[in-house]
Amino acid sequence: MTIDRRKLLQGTAALAAAGALVGPFRAGRALAQAAPMFTPEEGASLRLLRWVPFVKGEEEAWNANTAAFTEATGVQVTIDQESWEDVRPKAAVAANVGSGPDMVMSWFDDPFQYPDKLVDVTDLCTHLGEAHGGWYDGLAAYGSQDGKWIATPLCAIGNAICYRDSHMKAAGFDEFPTDTAGFLKLCQALKEKGTPAGFPHGKAVGDGNNYAHWLLWSHGGEAVNAEGQVTINSPETLAAIDYAKQLYATFIPGTESWLDINNNRAFLAGEISLTANGVSLYYAAMKDEAMKPIAEDLRTTNLPIGPVGKSVELHQTSTLSIFSHCKYPNAAKAYIEFMYRSENMNKWLEAASAYCCQALKEFAANPVWTSNPVHAPYAKASESLRVNGYAGPLGPASAGAMADYVLVDMFAEAVTGQRTPEEAIANAERRLQRYYR
Amino acid sequence: MMPGPDQARNARDAAPARARRGLWSRLSESQNGLGFLFMLPAAIFLLFFLTYPLGLGVWLGFTDTRIGREGVFIGLENYLWLFDDPVFWLTVFNTVFYTTIASVAKFGLGLWLALILNRHLPFKNFFRAIILLPWVVPTVLSAMAFWWIFDSQFSIISWSLMKMGLIDQPINFLGDPWTARWSVIAANVWRGIPFVAISLLAGLQTIPQSLNEAAAIDGATPWQRFRKVTLPLLTPIIAVVMTFSVLFTFTDFQLIYVLTRGGPVNATHLMATLSFQRAIPGGQLGEGAAIAVAMIPFLLAAILFSFFGLQRRKWQQGQD
Repeated sequence: MTIDRRKLLQGTAALAAAGALVGPFRAGRALAQAAPMFTPEEGASLRLLRWVPFVKGEEEAWNANTAAFTEATGVQVTIDQESWEDVRPKAAVAANVGSGPDMVMSWFDDPFQYPDKLVDVTDLCTHLGEAHGGWYDGLAAYGSQDGKWIATPLCAIGNAICYRDSHMKAAGFDEFPTDTAGFLKLCQALKEKGTPAGFPHGKAVGDGNNYAHWLLWSHGGEAVNAEGQVTINSPETLAAIDYAKQLYATFIPGTESWLDINNNRAFLAGEISLTANGVSLYYAAMKDEAMKPIAEDLRTTNLPIGPVGKSVELHQTSTLSIFSHCKYPNAAKAYIEFMYRSENMNKWLEAASAYCCQALKEFAANPVWTSNPVHAPYAKASESLRVNGYAGPLGPASAGAMADYVLVDMFAEAVTGQRTPEEAIANAERRLQRYYR
Repeated sequence: MMPGPDQARNARDAAPARARRGLWSRLSESQNGLGFLFMLPAAIFLLFFLTYPLGLGVWLGFTDTRIGREGVFIGLENYLWLFDDPVFWLTVFNTVFYTTIASVAKFGLGLWLALILNRHLPFKNFFRAIILLPWVVPTVLSAMAFWWIFDSQFSIISWSLMKMGLIDQPINFLGDPWTARWSVIAANVWRGIPFVAISLLAGLQTIPQSLNEAAAIDGATPWQRFRKVTLPLLTPIIAVVMTFSVLFTFTDFQLIYVLTRGGPVNATHLMATLSFQRAIPGGQLGEGAAIAVAMIPFLLAAILFSFFGLQRRKWQQGQD
């Protein structure tokens, strides 16, 4: 099918009008957005490499939006899926050899591994930011480098405390503590009641890194400074380790070996009453009739605020990048622009059931965040998000340090007594210096 | 008669053709030439799929290549860094410990099993078949089963012992460094025994029964028959089997990756898992390759020990 600008305009306008008729979102805005910024090249087709979806609804909504784009423009979009951890090497190889997928939906600092192999999307991201209430700072940092946008931030995968309300109350707490000191007291009380907390100190890619970064940042510690110099050896890091040791003493035994799934299993089996996780924990409990009592007792809240005075968390982050070898960069930009249109993005966020937190502020008004109180803390993920390797630059060093579990190991070494806190910090410092050389 | 100009030209043209035909016919008629031709496809295959990747790996170890970006030659920097890296040395210790203990256990238990299966047992063939099951099951699946068996909260072993009143809280199988090491070794031994047992059983089947009978008539005890007849005749196959077993164990990856990913605090990290962690998720291909290359001397030592030690004629002849 040959696509010209007229057909594209007709198609997108018709689609936007249809969306306005049936969708719950503002028609005026949808129509206003119907004018496309980018005209796909003639005969264009695209291939997107994305991570394997965690939520079926999210995949269905993404695919439905993609089909609508194809219908409107005639541009075929093939979607390939790879497991979470395989996206990084595959995308890096594609960037390096200059063939393979045209776009990638990747994690964390991946675009910073090959920024010169990506299409400049400053025009697209500037437009999206202006049209949708602006980008959240943390997510914007994952997409821009030296004033240029190299990737389009897609979402944060929110992480929040999941706890059993009845157990918290039985431990003598009416409200969930909002600061780290109160949180420690709650964990101590839960342990005394035989309903302990548990956070992974093992090599859990997501949960382990989230927990370790929160421990460090909430106490004011930083792995590196803004210039990329290693500054982990600080009184703040020592305070974070001291706090982690006290917290670890209240955990269920065995958290040193926990991988990403272990805290879910222990929580759903009633072995622990407090952990941090994505909203998937709640939905896993909801799906199983036998676990309904746990689901009804489950509450969520944001991780407590430490001496640093504000909520700071890592959260997983995903971005969309277009490779320079893509023959149809305008089609790729048109595709992304289409997916971020209010009606489409809102549909996708809603279908993701609070698993994906918006990158653009307009979508904080999505009904998914108010439809269930359990979702509410996940709405703040993009706000509390700090970039990996804060306060240093994103790139191969920050990516390598996280993949090598430098912070996870530092806390695990110290809390298990394998090294003194000072030795654990010195070891982390040495390993970080290797990456940030 | 003198040759005419045409004949001379024909002779000139025919000479290279004859030489070509000659080379081909010489090659196809010579035993060595034919052998070379037959080996050529295999040699090309090995060159492309074995020598080239190995050479590339060695080269990458001398560069700072990252995933997605070519590196430059940095000499021994990766190795010097690894030399000062306690995590690397911990993985070297873990790998040697894991390989030694697991290989010895697999050999002892495998030989014992082979000797039992070599006797006239009821349902002998059935037992010989099911003994292969742990080897046949994909490693990832058996590793998943062990993951549950060693779970810090839901272990069947802990549950049984607690029900029997022998312990009052679950065993922290994968959380404590030493219990984690022993746990992963146990899983590896379980998986590796069938290979050793079945291979040694094949070796046992080749030993003529008459030798054992003759020794028995001469008054040899069962232990003496095993020590002086069976074991020496079995030594060549032990050498081969244990070489493979040591190589498989030394380069183990899947079991560790599924069970612990090298945790707790790198206590079960092997050189193969550390190499992967730094090269692929970490993106430091050069350093990962250097770790993989550092495995080669250990593997060569194992092969050399096997071929020049275990295959010594003296041992095979039962002499001390």
